[in-house]
Amino acid sequence: MTPRVQPSLPAEPGERAQSPSILTGAQMLVESLRAENVEVIFGYPGGAVLPVYDALYQCGIPHILTRHEQGSIHAAEGYARVTGRPGVVIATSGPGATNLVTGLTDAMMDSLPLVVFTGQVATKVIGTDAFQEASILGITMPVTKHSYQVQDVRELPMVIKEAFHIASTGRPGPVLIDLPKDIANARGSFDYSKPVRIPGYQPTFIPNSLQIKKVAQALRNAKRPLILAGAGVLHAHATEELLELVESTQIPVTNTLLGLGSFPGDHPLFLGMAGMHGTYAANMAIYDCDVLVNIGARFDDRLTGNLEHFARRATVVHIDIDPAEIGKNVPTDIPVVGDAKQAITMLLEDGLSMTDAAAWREKLHEFKVAYPFWYRPDSERLKPQRMIEIIHEETSGEAVVVTDVGQHQMWAAQYFPFRAPGRWVTSGGLGTMGFGLPAAIGAQLGLPDAPVFAVVGDGGFQMTMQELAVIVEYQIPVKVVVLNNRSLGMVRQWQEFFHGRRYSESLIPVQPDFVKLADAYGIPAFQAQNEAEATEKIQLALATPGPVLIDCHVPSSENVYPMVAPGSGIHEMVGVTP
Amino acid sequence: MNRVLTVLVNNRMGVLNRITGLFLKRGFNIQSITVGPTETDGVSRMTIVIGADDERIVEQVIKQLHKQIDVLKVMDITEQQIVARELLLIKVNSSVQNRAEVMALIEPFRASIIDVGRESVTVQATGRPDKVDALIALLRPYGVRELARTGVTAFPRDSDTVNEVIRLNKGSMLPI
Repeated sequence: MTPRVQPSLPAEPGERAQSPSILTGAQMLVESLRAENVEVIFGYPGGAVLPVYDALYQCGIPHILTRHEQGSIHAAEGYARVTGRPGVVIATSGPGATNLVTGLTDAMMDSLPLVVFTGQVATKVIGTDAFQEASILGITMPVTKHSYQVQDVRELPMVIKEAFHIASTGRPGPVLIDLPKDIANARGSFDYSKPVRIPGYQPTFIPNSLQIKKVAQALRNAKRPLILAGAGVLHAHATEELLELVESTQIPVTNTLLGLGSFPGDHPLFLGMAGMHGTYAANMAIYDCDVLVNIGARFDDRLTGNLEHFARRATVVHIDIDPAEIGKNVPTDIPVVGDAKQAITMLLEDGLSMTDAAAWREKLHEFKVAYPFWYRPDSERLKPQRMIEIIHEETSGEAVVVTDVGQHQMWAAQYFPFRAPGRWVTSGGLGTMGFGLPAAIGAQLGLPDAPVFAVVGDGGFQMTMQELAVIVEYQIPVKVVVLNNRSLGMVRQWQEFFHGRRYSESLIPVQPDFVKLADAYGIPAFQAQNEAEATEKIQLALATPGPVLIDCHVPSSENVYPMVAPGSGIHEMVGVTP
Repeated sequence: MNRVLTVLVNNRMGVLNRITGLFLKRGFNIQSITVGPTETDGVSRMTIVIGADDERIVEQVIKQLHKQIDVLKVMDITEQQIVARELLLIKVNSSVQNRAEVMALIEPFRASIIDVGRESVTVQATGRPDKVDALIALLRPYGVRELARTGVTAFPRDSDTVNEVIRLNKGSMLPI
């Protein structure tokens, strides 16, 4: 079912400013969004953005009123993740703006394009601690790709155009525009046709061909080559090229958490996700490989484990559009700065043929077969891992899985083989609890016809569950699956492993009845205690138009395996087998 | 070892905050930083001296600076032929009796007295940090009342002469 986000009626022609080119700042904002073909705005009004909301009234661009600004920005992230287009957020000054900080940081870490507008007090009172004033530019500088405070209404169209350009090109990221109230009310001429020219911003798109030749040469000589594909492959829309490269060279592939979906999860050469909760095959491949080709991943510590043991014998190739990522964590032998799609295409043009690595492929295949992810099935109780499998089965793998952060997130990554891009939305770098539900709203709006599942834990869900009101109001058909273990599972797991089973503040004996809670919002809700119930309820959810919540009671003692303990090398996994 | 970076930036609101914030975020240390206008309208030059022995850290600093939208150009001029200067203002105790002595002392440094009080003189000196250090050491016995150093500003030379960075690195470059 398509979400009920109806564009409201366009304004009467007479309601526009007198001359088509003389507009208020607020009207300019709306016209700029129109020029950028913005499909949806996520936001929350307030005093300082009243002029903007006045201009938005009946402007024709759908606006989603979340119940908290954090919900707006996570929804925009979800939208950006599945569509690749910038998510647009509007919030008021002061508390409205500060409520965006977590989402901005999350988007910065995970390279998501956002254009975020914050209201600001009038220029003449900036700096006087005026009502709802916050120095949001100062607060957000470290967590934005760039930011502006508009000082003159004449600058506004170019500022917005630059913001969209910066957010969506190079390494994507959030851009913030702080708009003082008097500027929003001021009038000026509007011209959106001028080209963007930013001398200090010229991201390298086409890689250096000599570097590509070096990569090709390294791969030709490789006996144990491995491709590590990150989210950069998804941002560059390079999944087809990656598949072609792998098919022609027969190099095994692993993914980072955020790279899932960049390579078919059911492909014979796919080793599964690598890292702290990655597969034995993927982690051993990284440990043992002689050429590691990282395409669009940033060697995050949750991937690498102890750097001393990470790809220690390998020639490391790092293809990244952000030169600052190269050599930051892992010394790189062959750096390639540029777009992943361009780089892979150039590698293909180099005529790489099948690598001489049959023994290596065979060994990794043995690992893959011998040491898959495992859990102990239970006929009476619903295992969280099984729940993920059920979602996969019942949607034929077509579901868009949006998660929160914690154990359930890792299980979703482990037990749902993503066959295509755009089906996996998760908070990786920042690990933001509360991300799931609002991000699912944004993902569903970006993909109106896809079955979107918000897979959340009972902990993170309660951080943003007020957004249930949004899925009801706009009839956004997100299926909310709460893997309810009455604990902060990942915290509990670490306390079990590393803190002598002292479960400090990680067990939650008192939880709301999530079924009744959903009922209060008018959302059909079910409980699932075992596998049979779970399958039935998922089928029911899929048959139900509109949102549904399933409260899945899962054991609280379950752990995520295997695990690379903090400080350990990537090959030192525990819990590889039961 | 001290590294000298010159950074050309858009002279926009908050740009200094962006740069210093970046150093904070990434855990880099600034030894000194100077900012001022250049020959081009709207463009400022920052001269940033960092103390970093690890080549990877230096590389990261430069790359992260490059990523800032308001940064137009970053140059590590440490290994180049550069001119590097800083300004010192120092107020030392000096009675009428020993004033001639102070003047004789500062003369080889081409420093000058720019203000005279009843019990003190204020000396201005410009030069490389090691020279400034030396002058301070000479004046210290008289009793330093106030001292201000600007930090180094620098750019590459056109002509090939002695690499001043070698000397620069002998200077303490530390806040006194």
